[in-house]
Amino acid sequence: MIEIKNVSKWYGSFQVLTDCTTQVSKSEVVVVCGPSGSGKSTLIKCVNALEPFQQGSIVVNGIAVEDPKTDLPKLRAKVGMVFQNFELFPHMTITDNLAIAQIKVLGRGREEAVDKGLKLLDRVGLKSQAAKFPGQLSGGQQQRVAIARALAMDPICMLFDEPTSALDPEMINEVLDVMVQLAHEGMTMMCVTHEMGFARKVANRVIFMDRGAIVEDAAKEDFFGQPRSERAQTFLAKILNH
Amino acid sequence: MNYHWDWMFFFQETDDGLKYYDWILSGLGWTTFVSLASLAVALILGSALGVMRTTPGRWLVGLGDAYVDLFRNIPLIVQLFMWFFVVPELVPENIGIWMKQDLPYFVTAIVGLGLYTAARIAEQVKAGINSLSRGQRNAGLALGFTEWQTYRYVRLPMAYRIVLPALTSEAMNIFKNSAVTYAVGILELYFQYKQIIEKTSQVLEITIVVTLAYFILAFVMNRILAFVEARTRVPGLIVGQKGGKGS
Repeated sequence: MIEIKNVSKWYGSFQVLTDCTTQVSKSEVVVVCGPSGSGKSTLIKCVNALEPFQQGSIVVNGIAVEDPKTDLPKLRAKVGMVFQNFELFPHMTITDNLAIAQIKVLGRGREEAVDKGLKLLDRVGLKSQAAKFPGQLSGGQQQRVAIARALAMDPICMLFDEPTSALDPEMINEVLDVMVQLAHEGMTMMCVTHEMGFARKVANRVIFMDRGAIVEDAAKEDFFGQPRSERAQTFLAKILNH
Repeated sequence: MNYHWDWMFFFQETDDGLKYYDWILSGLGWTTFVSLASLAVALILGSALGVMRTTPGRWLVGLGDAYVDLFRNIPLIVQLFMWFFVVPELVPENIGIWMKQDLPYFVTAIVGLGLYTAARIAEQVKAGINSLSRGQRNAGLALGFTEWQTYRYVRLPMAYRIVLPALTSEAMNIFKNSAVTYAVGILELYFQYKQIIEKTSQVLEITIVVTLAYFILAFVMNRILAFVEARTRVPGLIVGQKGGKGS
């Protein structure tokens, strides 16, 4: 589904990604973790070409994202993405947030789009908030709406970029619950997150990044049982010990 | 003070058979017309330029920046004189003659005032767009929007809300700046003001009336835009706050 091959990226002379290679198969859940500044958010943004990269290739569903001939809006419409800061559109009601891209990108009728949006809103437990504006919801609620908004496009896979990092602790679980449910339904997911509980519960593989490189790419059991690299061991020890 | 007050002079007949208050009303009409038309030109062009200056296209940004630098750094009255007296000499001869003979003065004045104000509006629209988090654009793109659609549906609606107070000042300024167009022969309020002073020497009365007229024009514009501001306020959002609650 997602194949990342030898991807390198520079900001000027500073290398942020070094020869990253991995893949996410259909219905697989891959968690990407690592210390801040390790390039994990940059890597996931390369997958739907929100960030350009200078070397290597990323193929999503058979389409090379770095190919200048690729119709990026069309490709991105099929790849759902959830951001750290939710990024709902503040001037639109929740209903419109859910419907707008369906209408303007997929060409669905308004009634169909709203209908679909409300069904997904119900699924994330927020049906009663449909008429509100994003600024009137809590962070956890906004993030659940953001997930519903991405799902409304019928994505073939979902990218999560630190979806719980901006949330107050008591709101993290409501978002993780939605993600766990998605994983159980067989959604292909690539998640940048520090939530190791989530990784343990649903991940198939865990990728550990440090200084722009993929240091460890292992099945979940191996990663948590016996990480091979010292850096991954230190990282795990730090985040699991409290 | 031995000034001779005479408020009734407004109802005296002038050389052209009209009353002085007719002159004022006519000036008020021209001021309103020239200002609103210039504002329309400025809003459309200024928005386009403001958007251009936030795009990833380097040529577009350069072009927009150059426009703003040029039109913001030259006094309005000099710009008007350039449109009236210099530009007709620089364009091909037949166009120059058409500009001098057939093109109504007010069109040139509206273009001049509009292009000048557009540079200022471009600056504000750019600031508004740049005040939004980069994540808003990314969120739009990630949903499959084109770059243009992220402006149309995501960025501009918020940017305009954020800069509406600044645009309000600009809309009020344009009424005041329109007084400069008297210098290129527009028979607007300031022109009539000067003409009435020359004819009657009732300086205080006419100054009071014209001052009030400008004040009311600007004030009405202010109230209209305050109403727009209230109507477009986003529930749950403090103006100027970026989307989301996160870091």
